[in-house]
Amino acid sequence: MSVRLADVAVGTELPEQVFRVTRADLVRYAGASGDFNPIHWSDRVATSVGLPGVIAHGMFTMGLAGRAVTQWAGNPAALVEYQVRFGRPVVVPDDDEGAEVTVRGKIGALSDDGLARVDLTVTAGGEKVLSLARATVRLP
Amino acid sequence: MALDRALVGRSYPPSAVYEVGRAKLAEFAIAIGSDDPLHRDPDAARAAGHPDVIAPPTFAIAVTLEAAMVVLDDPDVGIDYSRVVHGEQRFTHHRPIRAGDRLVATTTIDAARSVAGNDLLTARVDLTTEDGEPVCTSLSMLVARGDS
Repeated sequence: MSVRLADVAVGTELPEQVFRVTRADLVRYAGASGDFNPIHWSDRVATSVGLPGVIAHGMFTMGLAGRAVTQWAGNPAALVEYQVRFGRPVVVPDDDEGAEVTVRGKIGALSDDGLARVDLTVTAGGEKVLSLARATVRLP
Repeated sequence: MALDRALVGRSYPPSAVYEVGRAKLAEFAIAIGSDDPLHRDPDAARAAGHPDVIAPPTFAIAVTLEAAMVVLDDPDVGIDYSRVVHGEQRFTHHRPIRAGDRLVATTTIDAARSVAGNDLLTARVDLTTEDGEPVCTSLSMLVARGDS
């Protein structure tokens, strides 16, 4: 089911989505994306550059938040513009729980030509990890 | 070292062709946890009006970030790769990337400035098909942290 432009208004909230991120997810994302920076899989390297430990790829977090939007819209082709600022890293401990990334969204603007801007709030451990996160979707 | 503003506007030769494969798109979709059939089922994609399976929106980074690295290899830029973090990312999709696309990436320095000892450099990567059809424009802001 696709969301229609007529179904939303400025202020409409997207259902909150929570994603669990483990080390295995980071390894899988590294392989799929080609980003093998060791700060995303080696505690030794991560701590040597001053990080608390292995962190998620910023693009992985952006990908999860994008998925939250396209899943809500009901169409991965709906997303025409998408931007984020990587504020804080998502630290992913080496255990079965991993980290939890929470994505909330709200319609920030609508345009006459069928575009809706979704303003995203993405947090991990209660802290904002992305800022200025905005996704523009074309709705039928 | 402060970044030279004269670098803004510098463009690099187009990349080699990147051929988008169905298996790669399915692999990327799985990696971000998406089970949307438009990423892995050609029939479902065609039924939705696409010529073949389409990429998740952030898949573009797998092509564009590699292309943007040409900037860091430029001796005039003089940024040490080990100090670089990804500061901001923006995609404008002219149409979804799809399996079978033969993409060419052209990288341009869109902005360069130094703030509080950090060098901020924005690389714009224009992804087009081999025939020049615009597919995606990516802006990656890279931050090279100062020594102190």
